[in-house]
Amino acid sequence: MEKVLLKHIEHPISADIGEYMKTGGYQSLPKAIAMVPKDVIEEVKKAGLRGRGGAGFPVAMKWTFASADPKFPKYLLCNADEGEPGTFKDRPILEKNPHLLIEGMAISGFALSAEYGYIYLRGEYPAAKHILEKAIAEAYEKGFLGDNIAGKGVKFHLAVHQGAGAYICGEETALIESLEGDKGQPRIKPPFPVNVGVFAKPTIVNNVETLSNLPYLIGIGGEAYAKIGSPECPGPKIYCVSGHVERPGVYELPMGTSLKDIIYTHCGGIKGGKKLKAVIPGGISTPVLPPDKIDCPMDFVNMPKHGSMLGSGAVIVMDETVCLVRVCYRALKFFEHESCGKCTPCREGTGWLRKILGRIENGEGMEGDVDLLLSVSGNVLGKTFCPLGDGAASVVQNFIKHFRPEFEDHIRNKTCKVSG
Amino acid sequence: MFNENAMKELEEIRLKYPNARAALLPALYVAQREFGWLSPEAYGAVSDLLGVPKAIARGVGTFYAMYKHKPAGRNIVQLCTNVSCMILGAERLVDFLKNKYGLEAGGTTQDGRFSLVIMECIGACGTAPAMLVNDDFFENLTEKYIEEILERYK
Repeated sequence: MEKVLLKHIEHPISADIGEYMKTGGYQSLPKAIAMVPKDVIEEVKKAGLRGRGGAGFPVAMKWTFASADPKFPKYLLCNADEGEPGTFKDRPILEKNPHLLIEGMAISGFALSAEYGYIYLRGEYPAAKHILEKAIAEAYEKGFLGDNIAGKGVKFHLAVHQGAGAYICGEETALIESLEGDKGQPRIKPPFPVNVGVFAKPTIVNNVETLSNLPYLIGIGGEAYAKIGSPECPGPKIYCVSGHVERPGVYELPMGTSLKDIIYTHCGGIKGGKKLKAVIPGGISTPVLPPDKIDCPMDFVNMPKHGSMLGSGAVIVMDETVCLVRVCYRALKFFEHESCGKCTPCREGTGWLRKILGRIENGEGMEGDVDLLLSVSGNVLGKTFCPLGDGAASVVQNFIKHFRPEFEDHIRNKTCKVSG
Repeated sequence: MFNENAMKELEEIRLKYPNARAALLPALYVAQREFGWLSPEAYGAVSDLLGVPKAIARGVGTFYAMYKHKPAGRNIVQLCTNVSCMILGAERLVDFLKNKYGLEAGGTTQDGRFSLVIMECIGACGTAPAMLVNDDFFENLTEKYIEEILERYK
């Protein structure tokens, strides 16, 4: 498959607008503007494009809701708060291919009749901020952003808003709160952002990778796009692989590529010929899988049938030397740190889970601790405003589901066999 | 109070948003840079400029991990220890920083040269373990490589 999202990124000045235009960039924007907005949305619908941030929500459906709302102005927000541990798929687009995102946002802004856009960029990507700001200035200069795009009177303004180190701001309502100058605490829904979003106006929040699909999608048309990858959720997908593989990195492959193929074919298998112990397939919040369960198509529809989720497509591979109790403990330390504190089950539950896991890992676990972990996580799951609590609870439940003997060994032997 | 250049920058930032409140996060970044950390004076300056009450500005500022609420060293070492970095040895690097430089999480070296912040994933998992020193990414870290890198920051 030709590369769409990571096209040309090896070129030393791939972020430059001239270079982007030389390789076909900014040709889809005038094509979209020559259409009527609802026909652009129709193409996205035909393409079957789903949001790449983790939830996999059909993009055209979200767009139709925002379009139908009579309030103006409308806002288009790009979620570049890539914070899900294990995820580094948006960073190459932001740093190496910023004009792909900008063109995608200008097309989307036109389709939604949104005149203002912001890229909510995580604070931990300082280089990307400068690259994006330079690219935005170039796009204004060439007339791809501004009050009269492509000379057709279309208006779309774009700015970068830098986050300040809060995982929760990747949740769309927390992102909106943060953009408004507040703590990043999720809002209760409804109302949904498509009706009452940032500055109380209809707002679309889409992930970097999602929006970066638009130039190609409009270029080849929805029907042709729908033929790439999984029929249920087509398109190219960036998988980012870390941990114990021979060749970790970002891989743009057709959506639905098997997890096993990603690890063994594309990444060259387990590092140093060691034995595979566990895989987290879609970022730390997604359920861990044991080695015999990795022959599954990595897409939004099929992964749940195989006991996990696609999430952000962030594959973390762990070999036999890894202590999974320690991984689970580290994950919960993360969730405790990042819980925004708004709802009790998550604020208290993540801390309790971290403490219990900590004592098990330190050889101070007590009989019944594994059931206690299941009980506490059961009281978090499904009881929080946003998916952060669910993620934390499901990490604990799935590590225990597949690797319970390792937790019990720690408690019985009062020590960790792997990390000592 | 902000100096003239900072005021100019803040006015430009303000124009990116439909109201002053939305400029709070970027204004806190400018204040942090200008005052060195988010001191009471820094909050006062932001509050006066944007018309946001000090208590609100502090409430928001303290929510986010990247705003500093005490003076920091000249160089901020931001080392990731989340899962992808952890399983490739990041915890050893934390020990190394402590033993070699006396640098502990949240702390600053006595000479004020380095502060250490433990990060929750910096999006460099494919080249783990990784860290940022100030705004610069460093990846595939080893003890020896960290030593070389830190030599460049005085």
